[in-house]
Amino acid sequence: MKFGVVVFPGSNCDHDMLDALQNDLNKEVRALWHKDKSLDGFTTEDCIVLPGGFSFGDYLRCGAIARFSPMMQSVIEFAAKGGKVLGVCNGFQILCESHLLPGVLTMNAHRQFVCKNNYLKTPGGEPLLIPVAHGDGRFQADEKTLDELEANNQVLFYYCDEQGNVVESANPNGAVRNIAGIRNKEGNVFGMMPHPERAVSATLGNEDGKKVFELLGLL
Amino acid sequence: MTYHVQINVMPLKDLLDPQGKAVMGGLVNLGIKSVNDIRIGKHITLEIEAESAEAAKQIAETTATKLLANPVMEFFEIEVVG
Repeated sequence: MKFGVVVFPGSNCDHDMLDALQNDLNKEVRALWHKDKSLDGFTTEDCIVLPGGFSFGDYLRCGAIARFSPMMQSVIEFAAKGGKVLGVCNGFQILCESHLLPGVLTMNAHRQFVCKNNYLKTPGGEPLLIPVAHGDGRFQADEKTLDELEANNQVLFYYCDEQGNVVESANPNGAVRNIAGIRNKEGNVFGMMPHPERAVSATLGNEDGKKVFELLGLL
Repeated sequence: MTYHVQINVMPLKDLLDPQGKAVMGGLVNLGIKSVNDIRIGKHITLEIEAESAEAAKQIAETTATKLLANPVMEFFEIEVVG
């Protein structure tokens, strides 16, 4: 599986993602400029990553303008054909704005930028400690959408405490139902606010991020 | 003909508006206690080339639906002002 990391003006986690994939996860990876359109060399066995940051300065709404970049038109087609797409933080916001994932990410309820390690409850697994860093990470969707997401097992990660309890005190941004990450119904598009690429190196003392990539079937 | 169109984009009524909450706190600190609620949105002005006011409004609707507002969290109102 090869990886492509889309670089938008204002992306600032693109190099973290490229470095993590190439040097810590030993994957073939290349950067894709948002103004280009070509995904030549990528097949639906590969994965396109939308990294974190502040694409287009977060103007209008987070991710709203990036959604219209030429490369995003190719990514939307790639996803429709079954190719894997992962959006982290601003990437998650872009996926929601692109309608590749339901819902939206709104300003943190407490209005502060949050930057810390947070435990995530994973499907059937132990809680993973993954860094979060965002000002607009409060996942929102209407009740019907939320019920569908949960009924279809589309919620990938919930904010939880160290023991894996999904409690309000473990919610860093006020996201509804403590939702930290979701996937689409087809299971090939993933979005999450926490940054697994920041936790894949033993040197940095936390490799829980590797388990996130594993869980998503990206390793 | 050129038409001036105004679009107000507001957060949906049942969604928490953290900006409004913050400004509300400021008003309380200012000593103004008669304001019950504040909600903050965006006011966008467009200059549109169109054949009629109705056509200009249609174009504005398209911009609002496709880009300027996100119906999951916002609603919008359009006014052709001249």
